[in-house]
Amino acid sequence: MKVGIVVFPGTNCERDVAHALGMFGADTELVWHRETDLDEFDRIVLPGGFAHGDYLRAGAIARFSPVMRPVADAANAGVPVLGICNGFQILCEAGLLPGALIANRDLRFICRPVHVRVESTDSILTRAAKPGQVLRIPLNSYEGSYVPGDMAPTPVLRYCEPDGSVTDAANPNGSSDGVAGLANAAGNVVGLMPHPERAVEEFMVSTDGRVLLQSFLAS
Amino acid sequence: MTTDLHRRLGMTDEEFAQVGAILGRPPADPELAMYSVMWSEHCSYKSSRAFLRDLPTDAPWVVVGPGENAGVVDIGDGWLAAIRIESHNHPSFVEPYQGAATGVGGILRDVFTMGARPIGLWNQIRFGNLDDPHNRYLLGGVVAGIAGYGNAVGVPTLGGEVEFDDTYRGNPLVNVMCLGILRRDQLVLGTAGPPGSIAVLLGSSTGRDGIGGASVLASAGFDEEAATKRPSVQVGDPYEEKKLIEACLELYERDLVVGVQDLGAAGLSCAASEPAARAGAGLDLDLDAVHCRETGMTAPELLMSESQERMMAFVDPAHVEEVLAVAERWEIDASIVGTVRDGDRLRVFHDGRAVADVPASSLAEDAPVLHRPVRRPDWIDELWDEPTRPVGADIGETLVTLLGHPSVGDPSWIYEQFDHMLFLNTVAGPGLDASLVRVRGTSKGLAVSTDGNGALCYLDPRRGGARLVWEAAMNVAVVGAKPLAIVDNLNFGNPENPEVMWQFTETLAGLSDACIDLGVPIVGGNVSFYNETDGADIHPTPVVGMLGLADPMPPLHGAVTPGMAILVCGPAQSTNLSGSAVQTIVHGDHGGRPSDVEPVIGAASIETALRIAHEIDGAVLHDISKGGALVTLAEVLIRANTGASLSPTPYAHAFGEDPHRFLCFVPAKQIEETIRIAVENGTRVELWGATTGASELRIGHTNVVAVEHLAEAWRGAIAGRMAGGANG
Repeated sequence: MKVGIVVFPGTNCERDVAHALGMFGADTELVWHRETDLDEFDRIVLPGGFAHGDYLRAGAIARFSPVMRPVADAANAGVPVLGICNGFQILCEAGLLPGALIANRDLRFICRPVHVRVESTDSILTRAAKPGQVLRIPLNSYEGSYVPGDMAPTPVLRYCEPDGSVTDAANPNGSSDGVAGLANAAGNVVGLMPHPERAVEEFMVSTDGRVLLQSFLAS
Repeated sequence: MTTDLHRRLGMTDEEFAQVGAILGRPPADPELAMYSVMWSEHCSYKSSRAFLRDLPTDAPWVVVGPGENAGVVDIGDGWLAAIRIESHNHPSFVEPYQGAATGVGGILRDVFTMGARPIGLWNQIRFGNLDDPHNRYLLGGVVAGIAGYGNAVGVPTLGGEVEFDDTYRGNPLVNVMCLGILRRDQLVLGTAGPPGSIAVLLGSSTGRDGIGGASVLASAGFDEEAATKRPSVQVGDPYEEKKLIEACLELYERDLVVGVQDLGAAGLSCAASEPAARAGAGLDLDLDAVHCRETGMTAPELLMSESQERMMAFVDPAHVEEVLAVAERWEIDASIVGTVRDGDRLRVFHDGRAVADVPASSLAEDAPVLHRPVRRPDWIDELWDEPTRPVGADIGETLVTLLGHPSVGDPSWIYEQFDHMLFLNTVAGPGLDASLVRVRGTSKGLAVSTDGNGALCYLDPRRGGARLVWEAAMNVAVVGAKPLAIVDNLNFGNPENPEVMWQFTETLAGLSDACIDLGVPIVGGNVSFYNETDGADIHPTPVVGMLGLADPMPPLHGAVTPGMAILVCGPAQSTNLSGSAVQTIVHGDHGGRPSDVEPVIGAASIETALRIAHEIDGAVLHDISKGGALVTLAEVLIRANTGASLSPTPYAHAFGEDPHRFLCFVPAKQIEETIRIAVENGTRVELWGATTGASELRIGHTNVVAVEHLAEAWRGAIAGRMAGGANG
């Protein structure tokens, strides 16, 4: 199985994602944003960073990169597509996921671990997790506050307290309904703001990201 | 040419005459422009150079010492580490966001110019009283600028320090440090290479921004017209820099360049003259080929512009096409702007005409070396004579006051705005004694600590300077790393004031002695003078950045849990509180003479800390510095949400900051083994108490404070003051 990790100019988490997926045996390859053919890949990741500098609006320019056409084709054909942080923003801008991500409630960048609760296991990201499972995973974003569009989102992760309760106080960025990650209706396209690749090894804040990445590789 | 152009460019009449003597004729405007920036204090170190020559800069593991873009040391197994520190004080006062942002951009270029991938950034920031809204505005802007640039450029910010003191109210300090790693065969120097090499300018287009930044902004003091200098501040573009980093790293990997120089202070003037001088060659520079963002720029403007995110690569003619292709792939602009020639002349062409013809080395190396007068201030003896007495205030109340001060309290409001996890190597991140990153694919870790203390160095710059080096060494030792090399950032007042020069020379002596005693070389540094406002100089504020090597990495630090023994290791605390946080912050007392370092005892303490960190399972170590042992302990209890019970503790013992001491938490069954290691090294150990499951800190029989009460003060120190927004 081969995972394509899309690299836009300004993307910076591509090697981290490759390292983390590699821990679970995945064969990964970095794909430059001008690529127009992704047929060889069984999984696609849009990693975090600042594609095209996030100028104008996070993801607003990246959606026009040549690689986004085959990404959309793959998504529509049922290939698992995962957007992490900036990748989530790009998937929303590209219309592959509903809604948008806007600046955090406090207008400050947030880099710290947060708790999220698994809301649905019916997605390529959460299949191996348990419903209601609480995970501690680092957040790292400025534009991380989710706002829904016309279509009701299918949340797969929501910000929560350590005990799993969803409260305003546990919502770090003002995200609507506490949404931290969501899937399309088919469950094969998922975006999330926290970085699961930052929670895989013993010295990190937790190893809770493993179950998500393993779900993605196993789906 | 108007007769006083050189003065408006910040040159003295003597310097102007010297240029004439070098050229054998009066300089043309473009020539004068180049000399004015290259000979500025910021670029030429003319006030400090004579004093910097005696610093210890050598050790067997030093690959590149001071004078290049960054210092480089060998960390074994074919790996090198590149390190550099620089100030962006004045731009950050004039325009905090962009000033700090471009400081980050500049320090990154210094490091990836050497062939290294930058793996971490640190910042040392100092402001006036945080209760003043203007200082909140400055802190908010500087932090947002570091975050805005550092996060987007894709290099994690792994630590630093923050201090608030009225001495910085009109002149905040913003120092930034960068660490990079590289394979030995990827090392690149700032040389123009042999004659025939082609100069390729990479990255952003050149505009009128930042003209004279080095000479006008960085090399003069401040007054009420500071805001009018705003156009001299550059504007950063982290996206352009990110692409530039990746493009340059590909050039190094494919061995396509013979030398590289970044364009920072003094822009093209520097990037053309320094590499040519280092290569012992001349250079023809064609300004018409430079890609510009505005039209009609004059030759002096092109030569002085400090537009950011630009690099000059020197390339063998056979590789030029490949270099341009790499630039095209990473979507950065590139233009062929020069050719390296035999001889020593830097010739500049504009509008098809020669507009400058000067010896390249005269720009880079012939700046006047000033021997500024040095005078020991009369007031220093009076200061030293002031008695420093342990004040008999309540220990619990004093502790709460200290924890609630923004120089001591929780800095997470700052560092949670920085990406400190990128690259997945952060074993210990910001907010701790030292940061620790693993070097993947090896058994090694690199630790970094940055330390400054203006109040201490004001009272005794020599002892203060030495203590900073020893403190930084202890900080890397407690995370299991051996001190390897330092960089220093020397922030001082006006060098035309002989008393400032005394502070400067004393500081250098202290730094130097400590480095010799520790066997740690200084591999780079930066001098920032003219930190003054309306004639008042800041406290002398050297900042030390220490790089430590852990090989192998120590076992992971466990958590502090109830039932652990609390040991104080190192010499007994004296009654001297001079220069300590409790004296300056709580009692507003700025006198006395701080305790000196004790090299033999200090070296033993460091060895003990290293051994405990590596050999004792579950041990947690913390350096005792700002706030003293009790503040260090309180921070641990707050983070671990646990209590402690201590033996009765005298006031000075609780808050004194004498050097070479650290706290050690060990599981009860490890006490004996820990003490054995300390005794073996000749380090004094004292059992202070134990952690408990209770939610309180109990000192002796009388003092009891709820940990939650301590936590509230500590957490609110910065976050509480910033809650109303930067302008609140």
